[in-house]
Amino acid sequence: MTSDRHLDGTSPVSGGGGVANRAADHVAHAIDARALTRRFGSFTAVDAITFHVNPGEVFGFLGANGAGKTTAMRMLIGLLAPSDGEAEVAGYSVATESQAIRRNIGYMSQRFSLYDDLTVRENIELFGGIYGLATSEIADRRKALLERLGLASHERDFVKALPLGWKQQLAFSVALLHRPRVVFLDEPTGGVDPITRRRFWEMIYETAAAGTAVLVTTHYLDEAEYCDRLSIMVDGRIAAMGTPDEVKRSAGVSTLDELFLRLTRPGAAA
Amino acid sequence: MTGFSAFHGFLIKEIRHILRDWQTLLILIGLPVAQVILFGYAVRSDVRGIKLAIVEPQPDAATASLRARFEGANTTFHVVGTVPSLDALESHFRDGTVRQAIVLPTEFANRLGRGEQVPVQVVTDGADPNTGGIMEADAMAVLRAWDAGRTGAAPGVRIAVETRMRFNPTLQSVNLFVPGLIAFVLTIVSALMTAITIVREKELGTMEMLLVSPLRPSQIVLGKVAPYIALGFLDVVLVLSAARFVFDVPLRGNLVLLLAESLLYIVTALAMGIVISTSAQSQRVAMMAALAGTMLPTLLISGFIFPISAMPWPLQVVSNVVPARWFIIIVRGIMIKGATFADLWRETLILAGLTTFLLTVGVRRLAVRLG
Repeated sequence: MTSDRHLDGTSPVSGGGGVANRAADHVAHAIDARALTRRFGSFTAVDAITFHVNPGEVFGFLGANGAGKTTAMRMLIGLLAPSDGEAEVAGYSVATESQAIRRNIGYMSQRFSLYDDLTVRENIELFGGIYGLATSEIADRRKALLERLGLASHERDFVKALPLGWKQQLAFSVALLHRPRVVFLDEPTGGVDPITRRRFWEMIYETAAAGTAVLVTTHYLDEAEYCDRLSIMVDGRIAAMGTPDEVKRSAGVSTLDELFLRLTRPGAAA
Repeated sequence: MTGFSAFHGFLIKEIRHILRDWQTLLILIGLPVAQVILFGYAVRSDVRGIKLAIVEPQPDAATASLRARFEGANTTFHVVGTVPSLDALESHFRDGTVRQAIVLPTEFANRLGRGEQVPVQVVTDGADPNTGGIMEADAMAVLRAWDAGRTGAAPGVRIAVETRMRFNPTLQSVNLFVPGLIAFVLTIVSALMTAITIVREKELGTMEMLLVSPLRPSQIVLGKVAPYIALGFLDVVLVLSAARFVFDVPLRGNLVLLLAESLLYIVTALAMGIVISTSAQSQRVAMMAALAGTMLPTLLISGFIFPISAMPWPLQVVSNVVPARWFIIIVRGIMIKGATFADLWRETLILAGLTTFLLTVGVRRLAVRLG
């Protein structure tokens, strides 16, 4: 196991470096949401949230179930139209350029998202093809990817035969195959063991170090500590945002657990 | 350029899904053939070996000739005996040793010779009305044929004239079942499987992956249904071949027209499957919805098994929007009557209209669902 600078619990230091590496890119923000709102009838699921994510940044998206983070993410990836406000992803407008956004983002949901009845190789080729990569590109990236994951000897295995941890890592790698500028991870580590989670976060950092912005939702507050910056949503609004240290300090608490409980269950905290 | 190559890759994936689930594939290919065989042999409604008794109070030349006609005609009748009066048959009707009786009057030959109208009674076991009706028609056919064949006969046998089915004089039920079977099989393959394959992606969570990708919703839908168009078409060919080579079902009309109409109905069934898939959130719900929403109407109120004219009027009204009803009329027309497009354009138009409606509703609702 390679040790990672972030995973030892110290505060992250490389986020800024990632941003600097992306100076050549003309996109100021990887994600830029301004008063983004979604209503379902009279219920406001996402209430005018404003935030941005820089290229190369790992941004944690926290909140209790029903706080609106899934709805917000669905608007950003083009599965749901905003009722109000605006957002740009990879420099393209969510409202008018969703097709361009689709080419430039990767997405992996909490539910496993590869096809069980296809082989490892077929899954890679499928998604490479869907994202319009050339056959030779797909072959090169496939070999590199399998080498990195140590799955080279398993490329003809059906995905259903792989252990869950491998599947998740493979799914993540496949979501990155077309080198998106922004990756959305919806509770990517649900149900996997601690060692795989650790390995998964190493992959997230490698991705961010290469300049890709990562927006990740999670229920694990120890994982939230690994993020460069995070936001905590309560009732459709962003109740706290900043680096893990900033949000703890401004609320006067020592752990994210404490902060999370105070924000999401005000009665209990008082 | 995520046009054709992306779609091509997606289509290959769909074909792989189908080929790798070989148990389902085997059912989809074997089912049509099994159904033709089942309907052809087991469920056929033509009646053979009707146990017939002849009531002859006064045997003479005419009664003997008529009896010989029943005995010799074909395998339809089995004359179990001759009795002097109907009363003697009562217990035999009850225990089923006799299913039908021809009751002749006294002085049969003499009265026929004088040119009188002679009453002949046909008594049929009506416990099973379907079979009873067929047995009655069969007996009348023999009586009429015998009557018409007498030399120098004046109009004689005094029974209501019953017309037989014009295009199916031997009452070959397999001929009538094949068109319905094609509709039934296509409904299963196209509507049910389309609904299931789309809902499966939703259930697995892979649908989101596809929707977030550059593939357009229309490409996703087309990629998912295209293999089932091919599979449905293969099933049509299988059913027609089995009908032709195993049961000698005629194809009196144009094969190309028949296949073209079948393609139209495949699209109809796919559209029904898409509509179902927009509401169902699990494969189980999709299956039940397809069963109740498409297969039962196709089986019960399309005219496949039960004649529409015999239904209460509310069901007759409902049957108008069952696409299988029109498709069955079309296929029966082409296969059995040799009808051409000029005869069938109205039914085709109705079917096309229903298809357009279903497709519009299905794709719209899907687009809303898919965001």
